Amino acid sequence: MSALKIKKGSNKHSAYNLRPNFSDVVESHTLAVLVDNEPGVLARVIGLFSGRGYNIDSLTVAEVDHTGHTSRITIVTQGTPQIIEQIKAQLGRIVPVHAVHDLTVEGPVVERELALMKVEGEGEKRVEALRLADIFRANVVDSTLGSFVFEITGPSDKIDAFADLMRPLGLIDIARTGVAALPRG
Amino acid sequence: MTRQMTGAKMVVQALKDQGVDVVFGYPGGAVLPIYDEIFQQNDIRHVLVRHEQGAVHAAEGYARSTGKPGVVLVTSGPGATNAVTGLTDALLDSIPLVVLTGQVPTFMIGNDAFQEADTVGITRPCTKHNWLVSDTNRLSGTLHEAFHVAQTGRPGPVLVDIPKDVQFANGSYTPPAKARVSHYQPQVKGDMEEITELVEALEKAERPVFYTGGGVINSGPAASQLLRELVDATGVPITSTLMGLGAYPANGEHWLGMLGMHGLYEANMAMHDCDLMINVGARFDDRITGRVDAFSPGSTKAHIDIDPSSINKVIKADIPIVGDVAHVLEDVLKVWKARGRKTNSEAVAKWRAKIDEWRQVDCLAFTQEGKVIKPQHALARLEALTRDHDRYITTEVGQHQMWAAQYLNFNDPNRWMTSGGLGTMGYGFPASIGVQMAHRDALVINVAGEASWLMNMQEMGTAVQFRLPVKQFILNNERLGMVRQWQELLHGERYSHSWSEALPDFVKLAEAFGAKGIQCSDPDDLDEAILEMINYDGPVIFDCLVEKHENCFPMIPSGEPHNKMLLGEASTQDAIKAGGAVLV
Repeated sequence: MSALKIKKGSNKHSAYNLRPNFSDVVESHTLAVLVDNEPGVLARVIGLFSGRGYNIDSLTVAEVDHTGHTSRITIVTQGTPQIIEQIKAQLGRIVPVHAVHDLTVEGPVVERELALMKVEGEGEKRVEALRLADIFRANVVDSTLGSFVFEITGPSDKIDAFADLMRPLGLIDIARTGVAALPRG
Repeated sequence: MTRQMTGAKMVVQALKDQGVDVVFGYPGGAVLPIYDEIFQQNDIRHVLVRHEQGAVHAAEGYARSTGKPGVVLVTSGPGATNAVTGLTDALLDSIPLVVLTGQVPTFMIGNDAFQEADTVGITRPCTKHNWLVSDTNRLSGTLHEAFHVAQTGRPGPVLVDIPKDVQFANGSYTPPAKARVSHYQPQVKGDMEEITELVEALEKAERPVFYTGGGVINSGPAASQLLRELVDATGVPITSTLMGLGAYPANGEHWLGMLGMHGLYEANMAMHDCDLMINVGARFDDRITGRVDAFSPGSTKAHIDIDPSSINKVIKADIPIVGDVAHVLEDVLKVWKARGRKTNSEAVAKWRAKIDEWRQVDCLAFTQEGKVIKPQHALARLEALTRDHDRYITTEVGQHQMWAAQYLNFNDPNRWMTSGGLGTMGYGFPASIGVQMAHRDALVINVAGEASWLMNMQEMGTAVQFRLPVKQFILNNERLGMVRQWQELLHGERYSHSWSEALPDFVKLAEAFGAKGIQCSDPDDLDEAILEMINYDGPVIFDCLVEKHENCFPMIPSGEPHNKMLLGEASTQDAIKAGGAVLV
């Protein structure tokens, strides 16, 4: 709740929080939501976003603690600072939600996404695709005489960039996991 | 110690262990095992309603008037879907309810079985939390957790969906004391730094005002007591939302009356012109704020709320305090006293003189003349003739609801039950049944409009069967009064479908159910008729024929700030601009 209002001169929080609460600037935030792994919990989170008209840019979920039955949902969302605060507060009051972390304001963060891309082509295009994949450290996980499937991990913008390069080289299918994120350090 | 028993027996045992004495419900195929257990015991009374929506509203009335959670038991499918309106109503007004629904057996779920509905899916957005119990061994723990969640933090409705095979199967029962401790423990103590900041602002304020809401009532009797102490000690004027009436007494020295769209002139003007607004357990609802960008432009706003999502949702709080009202007010009082009980008394005296000037406008004045009863007059007489009774009031939704809030006085919390957030027509009658179940000897009156009342009139059967002497005080204008008023002000007096042409004879209707009917149309007979209603030992339908085209004032037109109130008919010409017309 501390991010709701930070006193001037306070050093308890990141300077990022000193911006005005009701600014019109739309920001992208990555939220990590720790939840009980029980039936319907994902539906509660998604229902909150659709019911209140918030955006989801990316969402990943998986159990992270088998004995404690907890899952981690990573959501990339957009909104003005006021909307972001609302989203966090609304998430926080869902009963099976244990904690909501705004990774974007809590400090440096590592964000990674995995993508699989199928590229079809022959001759020069095929060689060029393989060469670019090498530069991007993408692995070939499946190959036929006419196609490759590349596996690439990295921040979302790196995957966007790789996809842009592959498009003229015969990109026909792409599957992305969405962002997983952890604070650094 | 755990005991083996069937799921159905566990339900009854868990209710007993949670101190439940009344359940409102309606049986059906998927809850028959539980009804069989209810049949075999005498600790819990079951009130058979005539429609599941009535059960939920009755439980709301019970909860709101006692502070305890209301309990509902209905069957699967249509039983559950009929409960949805009540659940949504309770969610928006933060009323603690535990609703138990039957479900088809676990092995049939997903097969479109008879009376199957995805109850947890349907009710997910209209409950605080819900559970589908698929294992009898987890049933008792889930029920105890349900009671905990409904009452803890910001209260609200919860639902437990219990498949029929889970009710039949044996399992081990865990008593509440042994149940797993829930991680759901919202913060109740406010941040001391913010509380001190609020006290500093209070000491310096020249034009302070308390703006209180349903959160004070939900926090319990201690919160109302602390609020009264703080208001009376500081001399700060106080207004309240519709939901908060009674937390500070209407006969109290510093009372301004209700605020908001149909609030009092002095209350809304004080909100607009104040320099310190202390919001205690209210949520800056759109009925309160009017135009948000012109809402109380010059004030520092403190906001005390147990729900962090209420803070900064609509209005930016300068001093946000997350916590339970009673806990926070206790700390505010402690800090204020420790710092020497200071107020800016000279400036506050001037502020109160200003408020007294606004009071002179006498915004609720009306003239009763001629042979037709004015609805305001009917309520003023009802107030005069019932104020010395142990009285509980419920309402339906519309003009009569606003007039009741304006002309009836509430001096204690938990005496006023109304559908605020959702505005559910049909709420008041079943709610009055729930209130009367909790307070058997009290005078329970539902102030109603004829249109709202007809929405759940089937509950007359319930009132008669359980000998509940609820008084249905119907202000009958043969119109959907509030709709008609908006059509007059906003839609060129084109009264599209806002009148009823085939109203029943309410006296005969009462008699058909075995109750008493009274009709009154002459102002000279009104007092006698009201006394007859009060003194009759049984349910009464009071058909009060009132002026058909009376409008409810004062009114802040949609899209306008607090200082642009309409005070009466003369001020309504072109009062609502095109931008305001799109608002509700």
